[in-house]
Amino acid sequence: MTTRYTEDHEYIKMDGDIGTVGITAFAQDKLGDLVYVEQPKVGRKLAAKEDAAIIESVKAAAEVKAPVDGEVIEVNEAIVADPSLVNTDPEGAGWFFKMKVSNAAAVAALQDEAAYKAMIA
Amino acid sequence: MSETLSKTPLFDLHVSLGARMVPFAGYEMPVQYPPGVLKEHLHTRAHAGLFDVSHMGQVELHGADAAAALETLVPVDVIGIAPGKQRYAFFTNEAGGILDDLMIFNVGGYLHLVVNAACKAQDIAHLKSKIGGRCEVRVRDDLALLALQGPGAEAALTGVAVGLIPSVFMAGGRVKLAGIDCLVTRTGYTGEDGFEISVPNAHCEALAKALLAQPNVQPIGLGARDSLRLEAGLCLYGHDLDETTTPVEASLNWAMQKVRRTGGERAGGFPGASVILGQLDNPSSVKRKRVGLKPEGRAPIREGVEFQDSAGNKIGIVTSGGFGPTVNGPVIMGYVDTAHAASGTKINAMLRGTPTPVTVVGMPFAPHGYKRT
Repeated sequence: MTTRYTEDHEYIKMDGDIGTVGITAFAQDKLGDLVYVEQPKVGRKLAAKEDAAIIESVKAAAEVKAPVDGEVIEVNEAIVADPSLVNTDPEGAGWFFKMKVSNAAAVAALQDEAAYKAMIA
Repeated sequence: MSETLSKTPLFDLHVSLGARMVPFAGYEMPVQYPPGVLKEHLHTRAHAGLFDVSHMGQVELHGADAAAALETLVPVDVIGIAPGKQRYAFFTNEAGGILDDLMIFNVGGYLHLVVNAACKAQDIAHLKSKIGGRCEVRVRDDLALLALQGPGAEAALTGVAVGLIPSVFMAGGRVKLAGIDCLVTRTGYTGEDGFEISVPNAHCEALAKALLAQPNVQPIGLGARDSLRLEAGLCLYGHDLDETTTPVEASLNWAMQKVRRTGGERAGGFPGASVILGQLDNPSSVKRKRVGLKPEGRAPIREGVEFQDSAGNKIGIVTSGGFGPTVNGPVIMGYVDTAHAASGTKINAMLRGTPTPVTVVGMPFAPHGYKRT
């Protein structure tokens, strides 16, 4: 499984052509306590950088964007019921949605972990 | 930003406590500590929180004529504030708008004012130019300000105090805390019982550490201060109040005593009196009102979001909005046309372009814990 990162602090964790999307630990820390999550609909086709989920923290509203082109195949309802999961386990139980990725090369073009860590350092 | 930020006497303490520092009203201030806004908010409501509000302005008015002079700038009964008592007030302009809101404490012999950080330079200039000839306007840059708030505040303050502490809401006096002479008032900006403590800059850190050493006292940042005051239905200047908002529109009639109103012994005589008294005398002339609102859903609705009626006409705007941790849901303060201001009225907030149902409700959103008797 490879994981890639966007400049907007989303991650996409690939398993075959299915990518699990969420926000990084760095992003959740900057946002503060999440209090509201609005997920995209299953079946929705997303273009790269398109707003997919809406999130609200105690401080601000933000969007989770699609890292690459693809179709939403599953959303994590657990974070809708308990948005704090995104704060406590952003890259585990606090994932947002799974998407069927249209073009694997687009994922490979995103930052790897070392590049992302250098960006936020 | 090329502007140099000021630091309060507690800057080093904030950093050592792991605070996230942000620029606020020209100061580097702690927006949150490691527990985060949500936990800090809930801690304050359950126990006690210590806030550094040293960025606020502290000004003294000295002289026999000080109270009468100040009455020429505020639509409030200042002469009637008994020694040892405090009162909420606001400076008005000629249009009846609000220049800033403030607290006036009659220390006994002089008045101690606390004004907003972002407005303090203009407030001081205003005081000096308008009433500087009638009383001495003494700026107390040498004083810091701490707020200790929450149901555990009394026990925590008692733990460091020698002698009596102010016993009821809006009372105050001199108290020796941790060996330091302080000016303490039983007031605050969270809706909870609590105190504001004026302390010399040089002793502020020692006092803060002594208070933080009391059981169940945690440092609280500006983030939770904002969610606490919003749940308490308290206005934030520059958002819920400004130069275009009259006190009547802002639903602050309670803060304007009878003696300054039409028919009162000292009616009028403050900037914008004709506008403000006109609105008080003829409530149907008031076009908009500040109200509380609650959304039906879970999504926070923030400052700047427009209200519409069912026909799609703009009927108001959100001036403060967010998630209320104690309410455990979103809460809104905003202005609506008077026709829609009655409690129970349902209107729409245009959240990301989508009409979202909200209902006008009474404030506060979380019950006040003031110690009134």
